[in-house]
Amino acid sequence: MSDNQHIDEYRRKFLGQASAAVAATAVAPGVFLTAPAAAKPADQPVDDSKRWGILVDTHKCADGCTACVTACEQENGWGEYSYEHESSPEQKAHWIRKVNLRDKATGHAITLPLFCQHCEVPPCADVCPTGASFKRADGIVLVDKHICIGCRYCMMACPYKARSFIHEDLKDQKPWAPRGKGTVESCTMCVHRVDNDGIPACVEACNAENHKAMFFGDLRDENSEISRQLEEYGAKEIRPDLKLNTGVRYRGI
Amino acid sequence: MSHPRLLRRIAGLVLPALLLLPLAATAEEEEEALPFSDLEVVIPERHFSEELECVQPEDEMRRNHMKYILHQRDETMHKGIRTRRYSLEECINCHAVKDDNGEYVRIEDSRHFCATCHTYAAVDIDCFQCHSDVPVRESMLNTLKSSQVHHGGAVPANGLSSDTLRLLAAEDAPQ
Repeated sequence: MSDNQHIDEYRRKFLGQASAAVAATAVAPGVFLTAPAAAKPADQPVDDSKRWGILVDTHKCADGCTACVTACEQENGWGEYSYEHESSPEQKAHWIRKVNLRDKATGHAITLPLFCQHCEVPPCADVCPTGASFKRADGIVLVDKHICIGCRYCMMACPYKARSFIHEDLKDQKPWAPRGKGTVESCTMCVHRVDNDGIPACVEACNAENHKAMFFGDLRDENSEISRQLEEYGAKEIRPDLKLNTGVRYRGI
Repeated sequence: MSHPRLLRRIAGLVLPALLLLPLAATAEEEEEALPFSDLEVVIPERHFSEELECVQPEDEMRRNHMKYILHQRDETMHKGIRTRRYSLEECINCHAVKDDNGEYVRIEDSRHFCATCHTYAAVDIDCFQCHSDVPVRESMLNTLKSSQVHHGGAVPANGLSSDTLRLLAAEDAPQ
């Protein structure tokens, strides 16, 4: 009897959480319960009143789905959408990649997209000798390729292996995502879209696939979708021991 | 052949040659081409429409276009300021030149707007190792110029907020 009570209690708690999750995520695609924050005018600099972040729900991330990777390639003109014929697969750009993990003890397997974690204290910026690697006021970590000398210290420093180096001459880059030989690059959190009140291409593609495993938003705004999700369900950063306070968080790892 | 005769013959050959030497030298100097004079100098030529005025007067742009672009570069990269007026992309959008087949010419072509002067001035620019040298998306400056956004008409569905559009319109207005 008491066992049953426990189970019922557990079930109630679980169902309560599950229905809350449905309420929070499935009101309607693209429709949020709170009004989005006011847009930044194009002539105003970004400031630290916002900190952009991405939450990845590995429970929803589908095995074998690479929609986020393809969308990033298309948006930023790398991978299939670039002319890097001479580079080996190890050398080629990887702004975002799918990683599969399997717990040998239990056999539990998860898959997740791994990309620049947009650390609060980015090691890449720490080691950069020229100041090309930097963190914008709103938390987005970028490479200023005008200043980058291609030393690749940042690639060594990044614990997430998120950066890549361009080894060959390129043509037909996207105007909003310039890339060139001799510079290091990584996920920009689609900064050109974010500055125009958009969301990153990977998040958009994940929503379009109806997986809805990725949430983009302002971590400082406690009413934003991502903050409410984080508050309610929590999420982990990869390698929390490094105390980098990443802007990208994962649920279910 | 005796020695005096040989000497005389040699003198007969050498002396006129010596006398002619200064003359020959000057002739040779005149004939010798200057270094690299066989290279073709491409005189800058206007290959684009003059209908639209540039964002600043022409003489100002000729002297200081790089300062505007450099300033905008850092503002955009580090501060996220994405005004279009001095963006390299809008330079390309407006000044793009098409060849006889209606294709946009690339930077390697001397008719490319940036190449016209830079080839002549022998200034090697590396902007286009990373940046696009041909238009890719619609110019937002021109869209605003020609559309009714100025007068509060329909907002083009290009994902820009109304604030941003208002700002672009203001930015586009003559200063």
